[in-house]
Amino acid sequence: MNTLFGEKKEGATKIVLKSVDEYPEAPVSLGTTLSNFTGDWRTFIPVIDDDKCVKCYICWKFCPEPAIFIREDGYVGVDYDYCKGCGICANECPTKAITMEKEEK
Amino acid sequence: MEYKPIRKVVSGNYAAAYAVKHARVEVVAAYPITPQTSIIEKIAEFIANDEIENIQYVPVESEHSAMAASIGASATGARAFTATSAQGLALMHEMLHWAAGARLPIVMVDVNRAMAPPWSVWDDQTDSLSQRDTGWMQFYAENNQEVYDGVLMAFKIAETVNLPAMVIESAFILSHTYDVVEMIPQELVDEFLPPRKPLYTLTDFDNPISVGALGTPNDYYEFRYKLAKAMEEAKKVIHEVGKEFGERFGRDYSQMIELYKTDDADFVFMGMGSLMGTVKQAVDVLREEGYKVGAAKVRWFRPFPSEELYELAKDVQAIAVLDRNFSFGQEGILFNEAKGALYNTDAKPLMKNYIVGLGGRDFTVNDVRKIAENMKAIIDKGELDVEVDWYHLKR
Ligand code: SF4
Ligand code: SF4
Repeated sequence: MNTLFGEKKEGATKIVLKSVDEYPEAPVSLGTTLSNFTGDWRTFIPVIDDDKCVKCYICWKFCPEPAIFIREDGYVGVDYDYCKGCGICANECPTKAITMEKEEK
Repeated sequence: MEYKPIRKVVSGNYAAAYAVKHARVEVVAAYPITPQTSIIEKIAEFIANDEIENIQYVPVESEHSAMAASIGASATGARAFTATSAQGLALMHEMLHWAAGARLPIVMVDVNRAMAPPWSVWDDQTDSLSQRDTGWMQFYAENNQEVYDGVLMAFKIAETVNLPAMVIESAFILSHTYDVVEMIPQELVDEFLPPRKPLYTLTDFDNPISVGALGTPNDYYEFRYKLAKAMEEAKKVIHEVGKEFGERFGRDYSQMIELYKTDDADFVFMGMGSLMGTVKQAVDVLREEGYKVGAAKVRWFRPFPSEELYELAKDVQAIAVLDRNFSFGQEGILFNEAKGALYNTDAKPLMKNYIVGLGGRDFTVNDVRKIAENMKAIIDKGELDVEVDWYHLKR
């Protein structure tokens, strides 16, 4: 998967930019940091129950990273490279379809 | 379409409001502050009378919010405008860094007004020059026409290099004084200033982004370099846009420093904004009296026109820098910048700093004559009397 700049590599915790030319003009990124994967910061992980989900996408709107994406079947998925485990999605979900569970590392 | 200007008698503030209308600005977020208020009142009136389409006016609760809202609007890809003065500009300071760092081409009119205390609403450049290091381009208008032209050009330049720009006019001397301004028919403004093409937009929902994300020590440096490069690039763009403006509408702004009768001048007066109108008039008078003098009006202070200054400085014996501003603990800000720009060159004119017109103190043709007499004495002697001269001081 391409990020806004650089290539996201399997197992990596950051995007490495080797020269100034590889940087975009403006400091914009997919997540809230320019080159770190904020998924590295997580203690709790959101687990989504598709049966409870009503596809309102409130979680998509509220996720600060934004790690929530809309899957092809219309339900929501989480990009775990960027999900920092803040729990905002679980708090905002009107049907309690998202629960935060302690992540085993 | 042939260019036939529409002549209107307007204040500097109304000239700014008309330029905002003609630039097809999409979002205006502003808070009123004297003497800027009539800019946004006029824009509000245009909106109320349905004279502008497709525009959102956001009445905010402070200047900090005005800039924050402008940043949000600009990040969605909209053409955004705001206006302020003095303490209001100071209150925006944090957000000014934000706009430039995020590379958002917001255009703002700052009506130059002295910083308090003592409480003052009159002309002084210290408010805008205090924002020197925020990454904003700065254009100083001499008259109402330049306010109008400046806003239109500022949008085009800003949107080309993705940096915000300030168009600066003098409190009351321009903001509330009426003069003939040649306006450009809408269709021709549209040709000159097409819709903005943003680098990124917050409203591209297929490609969600964070704007102004965290840059660790590993990334921050590169973005600052890019911003610095954009400022360098802006010099070229200013030249091109200013030249194009001249070709289309007859007023050439290709030079960042406007030279007036400097060709055979022994010494020149250098300064910014409305006071240079007085200086040009004084140059005419002084030339009749036998002084070989000229005027150099610095139009763009950021980016700083170092190369153009060098071309001027190598041919004159002395430069009198007129600063309607002051950096405490040092000297006038333009003086400081100009000396710095010439240090590593072989241009070494005598340079003297006159602090003039602070807080709206009147500055007249006769004042320029007195300065000319003093400059002549300095040149004859071959050395400065004082480097920084508080010219108006009651002694
Ligand atoms: S916990 Fe939810 S809201 Fe927070 S980063 Fe992860 S997906 Fe986004
Ligand atoms: S907020 Fe809850 S219900 Fe709405 S889309 Fe997200 S998971 Fe589904």
